[in-house]
Amino acid sequence: MPARDYAPVILEGRPKQDDEILATRPPPDAATLPGGGGSEVIMELLQRFKVRDVMNRQVACVARAAPLREAQRVMRENRVSGVPVAENGRLYGIVSVNDIINALDGGWIDDPCETRMATSLVVLEAGMPLAYALRYFNNYTYGRFPVLDADRRLVGVISQRDVMRALLLELTVEVRKLERKVSDRQLERPSDKYLHREYAVIRNDLSNAGKAANEIRQILKDKKVDRALARRVAVAAYELEINICIHSHGGVLTFILADDKIIVQAKDRGPGIADTEWACRDGTSTANDWIRSMGFGAGMGLSNSKRVSDAFEIQSEVGKFTRVICAFDRLVPREKIEKAGSAGT
Amino acid sequence: MTLEEIRERVGGTVAVDVEGASAGSCYVGDLLSDIMGHAGEGCALVTIQNHLNTIAVCTLVGCEVIVLCHGRPVPPDMAAAAAREGVAVVVTPRSQYAAALALKELPPADK
Ligand SMILES: Nc1ncnc2c1ncn2[C@@H]1O[C@H](COP(=O)(O)OP(=O)(O)OP(=O)(O)O)[C@@H](O)[C@H]1O
Ligand SMILES: [Mg+2]
Repeated sequence: MPARDYAPVILEGRPKQDDEILATRPPPDAATLPGGGGSEVIMELLQRFKVRDVMNRQVACVARAAPLREAQRVMRENRVSGVPVAENGRLYGIVSVNDIINALDGGWIDDPCETRMATSLVVLEAGMPLAYALRYFNNYTYGRFPVLDADRRLVGVISQRDVMRALLLELTVEVRKLERKVSDRQLERPSDKYLHREYAVIRNDLSNAGKAANEIRQILKDKKVDRALARRVAVAAYELEINICIHSHGGVLTFILADDKIIVQAKDRGPGIADTEWACRDGTSTANDWIRSMGFGAGMGLSNSKRVSDAFEIQSEVGKFTRVICAFDRLVPREKIEKAGSAGT
Repeated sequence: MTLEEIRERVGGTVAVDVEGASAGSCYVGDLLSDIMGHAGEGCALVTIQNHLNTIAVCTLVGCEVIVLCHGRPVPPDMAAAAAREGVAVVVTPRSQYAAALALKELPPADK
C-alpha cells in the first residue's frame, strides 16, 4: 500500500501570485481505483510504476504572449489535442482544441494565449504511483494531464495511451519470465519419468469410493511396478480414499509415481482429527452403524496405511483439514530386504 | 484347494464362477480393513460382507475366492465386479465359524 495518499493538484483561476496557483480538491473515491480486485500482477505494476516512468517528457509548450494561432500550429505538428502554456518550466494554463475552435469561430485566433487559456487545471505529480494516474483518467474526462515535479515545475504530460503502452511492455516482460519458469520446471520432471494424478473424493459417495485406488492399482500394473510393492501402495490408497469418503467433507487423493519413490497423499477439507495418534491406533474408530454395515469401521485403516508405507505422516487441524502422506521406496523395497534377510537364515 | 473343492466342503453354490480360482489359505472377517490388514495373497475369504467393496479388497490382497455365509445374496454390482476382477463367489447357508471348520485343511492366512 502507498505510504501517502496523493491529492490531485488543481490550478484554480487566473494565476496572480506563485503561491496562489496550486490548490487541492479531495481525491477521487478509492473504490474507483482501476484494477481494484483485479490481477495481482497488474496491481503490483500500477503501484511500482510512477507517473514519471511513463509520462512523455518532450512537451511542446507555448508562451503566455503567443497568439492562439501559434498554439494551433503546435497542436497540428505534434498531433496533440492540448498545449501547455508554460515559461521556464512554470505552468500557467492549457490551450485545448476547443479553445482553438472557439477562437476561429469568434475571430480571436490572434489573441495571446494567456487571455483564452484554461487556468483551472488538474495536474499530476511525477512521483505518484500509476494507480493514481489511472484514477484521474477515470474520474475526469481529460485525455491527458500535465505532470509537475516536487518543485511544481512542468516536467511532462501523461496520456492514457502512455499508460497503456507502459503496462503492455511490462506485462510482456512478466509473461516471458513466467514462461521461462514453466519451461524450467518441465525440464526438472520429464513426463515419462514422473506421473502425477489427482482424484476428487466426494463425501459419502460410497458407490464411487475405491475407484481412485483401483485406477492407481491399474497404473502400477501397467507400469510393471513390483507386485508386492504395488499391493502396499494400493492398500494405502484405498484406505485413505475411503477415509476421505466416509469421515470427511470431501477432498483429493494424489498419486505420484517417480523413478525412486511413490507417494499417496490424502487431503480433505475437514472436519479434522483432534487426536491423530488415537486415530492411528489399531481398532480405534468413530464409525457409525451405517458405515459398519458397509464393512468399514474396524478402525484399522490408518494403521494399515502406516504399516504398508515406508514413511507415513499425518497432519490435521480440527475444523480445517486432514492430510495423510504415505511414501514408498522404489529403489530398496522392503520385499527385497525381507527376501535377502530370509535367504541368509 | 480348487473352487469346486471349496464349494463342496462348505455345502454351497457357486454364484460367480471364475475358471482356475483356488485358495492356499483362509481368513475369516467382516470388516474390510481388518481383512486388508490380515488376509494374504491366495486366501479364501469367509465373510458375511455381501458388498461391492469386498471385491475391491479382495483384488487388493489377492484373494480369489469369497465364501459368503448365512446364504446372503450377491447384489448384481458385486457379481459384475467379481466377474470382472476374477474373484469367485460361493454362497453357503452356514455361519462363518461352520464354514471355516469345513475348510480346516487350509492353513490360517494371518500375517
Ligand atoms: N480424513 C479423515 N477426517 C476425519 N477423521 C478421520 C479421517 N480419517 C480418519 N479419521 C478418524 O480416524 C478414525 C480411525 O480411522 P481408520 O481409518 O483407522 O478407521 P476407520 O475408518 O474408522 O475404520 P476402517 O478404516 O477400519 O474401516 C476414524 O474412525 C475417524 O474418526
Ligand atoms: Mg478408515
